[in-house]
Amino acid sequence: MTATTDQTATAATSAKLSPYKRFTPTRGNFELWSWVFMRASGILLLVLVFGHLFVNLMLGEGIHAIDFAFVAGKWSSPFWQVWDMLMLWLGMLHGFNGVRTIINDYTEREGTRWVLKTLLVVATVFTIVLGTLVIFTFDPCIDPNSTLSVCTK
Amino acid sequence: MTATATQPSSDEQKAGAVPTFTVTLKVQRYNPEVDEAPHFETYEVTAHATDRVLDALHQIKWEQDGSLTFRRSCAHGVCGSDAMRINGKNRLACKTLIKDVNPDKPITVEPIKGLPLEKDLVVDMEPFFDAYREIQPFLITNGHEPTRERIQSQADRDRFDDTTKCILCAACTTSCPVFWNDGQYFGPAAIVNAHRFIFDSRDDGGSQRLEILNDKEGVWRCRTTFNCTDACPRGIQVTKAIQEVKRALLTSRF
Repeated sequence: MTATTDQTATAATSAKLSPYKRFTPTRGNFELWSWVFMRASGILLLVLVFGHLFVNLMLGEGIHAIDFAFVAGKWSSPFWQVWDMLMLWLGMLHGFNGVRTIINDYTEREGTRWVLKTLLVVATVFTIVLGTLVIFTFDPCIDPNSTLSVCTK
Repeated sequence: MTATATQPSSDEQKAGAVPTFTVTLKVQRYNPEVDEAPHFETYEVTAHATDRVLDALHQIKWEQDGSLTFRRSCAHGVCGSDAMRINGKNRLACKTLIKDVNPDKPITVEPIKGLPLEKDLVVDMEPFFDAYREIQPFLITNGHEPTRERIQSQADRDRFDDTTKCILCAACTTSCPVFWNDGQYFGPAAIVNAHRFIFDSRDDGGSQRLEILNDKEGVWRCRTTFNCTDACPRGIQVTKAIQEVKRALLTSRF
């Protein structure tokens, strides 16, 4: 009899410390919006990425037109600046959210999860900030010997 | 009976008898008082073509090794006690015919994954039932109690018919890779049983159940891998039910 009561006692304590229990409140709209964002950004990215590929690789001279001057020409127009910025932000955030989900699904310990997510956030923020900075501070005349028409005036 | 004609005619073989064959079962064994880790043991069983995996397990327990531990109650696919991993797939041992799981090779029998192992094929189902209780699996109503029964049209009844079939065997939840990972996910079975009440026209607790499942560990953790739909011994479209709960959450917002 003592053996059985011991067993029920350990069962009760293990139930309290059960790894299946959700301790911190986990209810909220965050995952709902993240799910919606993935769908919406996915559709937008389809348009943005294929539009980008079509304009760069197929229109006009196609792939042979791509050089420094081609990029400088595109980024002189606010339309392409906004297009590329949207592509950068949505692509990075879409990828960030996807990898975040993968980390949640495959890591088993909170510690590992925290380390991986911190690395992910740092990499994402770094790329977004650097990319946005380049798009808006781009100087076509960075080379003093540039022969581009905007620079020789 | 051509089947009996191919059998060597022995003295006890009667005309019309079901042919027998020998099948090997590789059963995962674990005794927490002795073993450090689970291991496999092999048993040879003489089975009939009409036998189910449960019959083979019974034969092992009753005739070869009485210490083999597994759950079963009704043994006819209604109670949901004997869900186990047979040849790598979650099934009910009482609904799986041996001849259907390739008896030419050893048949692997393991406990369902993702729940704490207690002994042999028995797992602790309590975390599974905790998630089930969380979604409030009972009728919630507002207003006065009617003096007669709560009338429902056939169309309204059909809306959630699929998810009323659940027998809580845990085959779906323990086939879900997201649940295997850390056991925090509510699991398909809890969502199926929430679906059963959310889409019941007589029930008024739909929105509170949706809020319960609008959780970091709720419906949004579903990756639509369809493991649950494949595993369900009752043929419930589990993934579809989860998607319908997601859609109900979205339409309640937009």
